[in-house]
Amino acid sequence: MAGGNGLDTQRAVEQFLYRQCEILDGRRWDDWLALFTEDGKYWMPAHEDQETGEGLPNIFYEDNYLMDMRVRRLEHPYAHSQKPKNQMSHVVSNVIIEEEDDNAVIARSKFQVVEYRNDDQRYFAGKYRHQLIRVDDGFRIKLQRVDIVNAEGPFEYVLQFWL
Amino acid sequence: MPYDQNLSMDQLVQPDRVHKACYADDDIFEQELENIFYKSWIYMGHESQVPNPGDYWTTWIGKQRMILSRGDDGQVHVLYNRCPHRGALLCNAQHGNAGKAFRCPYHAWQFHMDGSVRQIPMKQGYDGTADVLQDAEFAMKKAERYDTYRGFVFASLSADGPDLLTWLGKGAKAAFDDICNRSPEGEVEVVPNCFRIIQKSNWKIFLENQLDALHPSITHHSTGDAAAEMQKVYKERTGEDAPMGYQMLADFTLPFEKWDSISTYGYEYGHTVLGGYMGLRPRDPITLDHEAGLAEAYGAERMEEILSTNVHHVLVYPCLSVQPPLQQLRAVRPLAADRTLTEIWHFRLKGAPEGIYERSLAYYYHVNSPSTMVNADDLQNFYACHEGLRQAGGGDWVSFHRNAGQDITEDGVTTSVTGMSEQPMRNMFAAWKVYMSGGN
Repeated sequence: MAGGNGLDTQRAVEQFLYRQCEILDGRRWDDWLALFTEDGKYWMPAHEDQETGEGLPNIFYEDNYLMDMRVRRLEHPYAHSQKPKNQMSHVVSNVIIEEEDDNAVIARSKFQVVEYRNDDQRYFAGKYRHQLIRVDDGFRIKLQRVDIVNAEGPFEYVLQFWL
Repeated sequence: MPYDQNLSMDQLVQPDRVHKACYADDDIFEQELENIFYKSWIYMGHESQVPNPGDYWTTWIGKQRMILSRGDDGQVHVLYNRCPHRGALLCNAQHGNAGKAFRCPYHAWQFHMDGSVRQIPMKQGYDGTADVLQDAEFAMKKAERYDTYRGFVFASLSADGPDLLTWLGKGAKAAFDDICNRSPEGEVEVVPNCFRIIQKSNWKIFLENQLDALHPSITHHSTGDAAAEMQKVYKERTGEDAPMGYQMLADFTLPFEKWDSISTYGYEYGHTVLGGYMGLRPRDPITLDHEAGLAEAYGAERMEEILSTNVHHVLVYPCLSVQPPLQQLRAVRPLAADRTLTEIWHFRLKGAPEGIYERSLAYYYHVNSPSTMVNADDLQNFYACHEGLRQAGGGDWVSFHRNAGQDITEDGVTTSVTGMSEQPMRNMFAAWKVYMSGGN
């Protein structure tokens, strides 16, 4: 752990991940978009062995513009599949600091999500890998990789926004 | 669902309306499997899914699990996914390489990629009982028929019926010609990724939606608006045009008049075509490079002919929705009256510029991936339709009255008078009725 400060980083990253979950569960879209660096990306590969999202099929591969578009769709008055809105509850845990220095941190973690929509509950689980950049007030996400355990399985309906 | 069992086929399927039982009744669904899915040709996959000997992909014909395999001799085969010994599935994985043989995990019976027996352990136990090495009863069963058109593999579980080319006819063959001709080598190669999405609705609701030119600007209003807004934001912030994917989505909110100007065509066996509306031929370097490659391969006149073919969807009834200019397809696997699996693939045009593939990938992402902002709204509609149709009360009919009685039929091809005409639905149900009455 070059340049690390051990438990302080661990605690700061955990708090950041908890807050990200809270933001997503609360559908606080402006706060969500502000979590990412200007060139930040949210990436859910279609296969666990993928090393890049570029030029390949992905479940999610979104920059700020695509995320912004998704938000605009979700909040559009005619977004009928958001009536009723889907509710989510995230739990994130097993946080491991993979690498850190004065400017950046790479952290792995696990998540469980319950989604409720149309009288129906769905469950998702998987792992996150956050490439974080240190800023004055904490972190920004340069790349959030999300590997869900059922990436290659059949999806019941689709994912309207990020896990 | 409860409905009047005395209704005849002519009463269930009328020229301008169809009884809801055709979608929601479990017995009718079973009859559809017998009369349609187990009789017609069903899409199994593309040859390039199984490039090497031993490769296989599994899929479905109705409720029947099938295997697409490549043999040591290079031949592609379609087999039932069942061990002839005790009936176990031979391939549990969706795809893989079986090496020299499919090996049953239960008692290690082994089969070549064409289904013939390779080895059976302790076979002296069969001395005097059965010729397990030679008798066809002990080989994996092949699909009754299988055949390929331009690399696209179809199988039929019926020994009788029209051959693949006859069945595809001019309308459905055009789907595969159009997609392959766009390659300077005349061939496509699959991208080995299959998105599978389950629709909680009857399979016909999906097929009908594919050719429904009235729905996009209504169903996809939110996504179209969001994409158009982002095109402006992108331009303001970067000074450049947003990537083409945004335009693909913004196009969903074209005005009604534009949608109404598109043509639809109905062919024999229910195959149906919706004309194109997307501007997929901008004057950018990628397109020009593609055009130059095609002109070199086929000549300028033929290149023009190939690229001016503008089709949005070709439905190969009942199993496939193809989008040739976007190099993708969705295969339809009905699991139950109210449950439909779609297997979604896209392709590279061999020898075409990488940028052309990137367009296909953008559409695959925006429209066909599990995070689609387009089908999110379609699938909600399909579910809502099925939920309404499965109920006993509230009315019995699905209306296909729009421009009914005005379809123009010439040389076996039915053309709609307007883009929004419900002619495609009428055409598909005309074929449905023939199949369900024991024909085709």
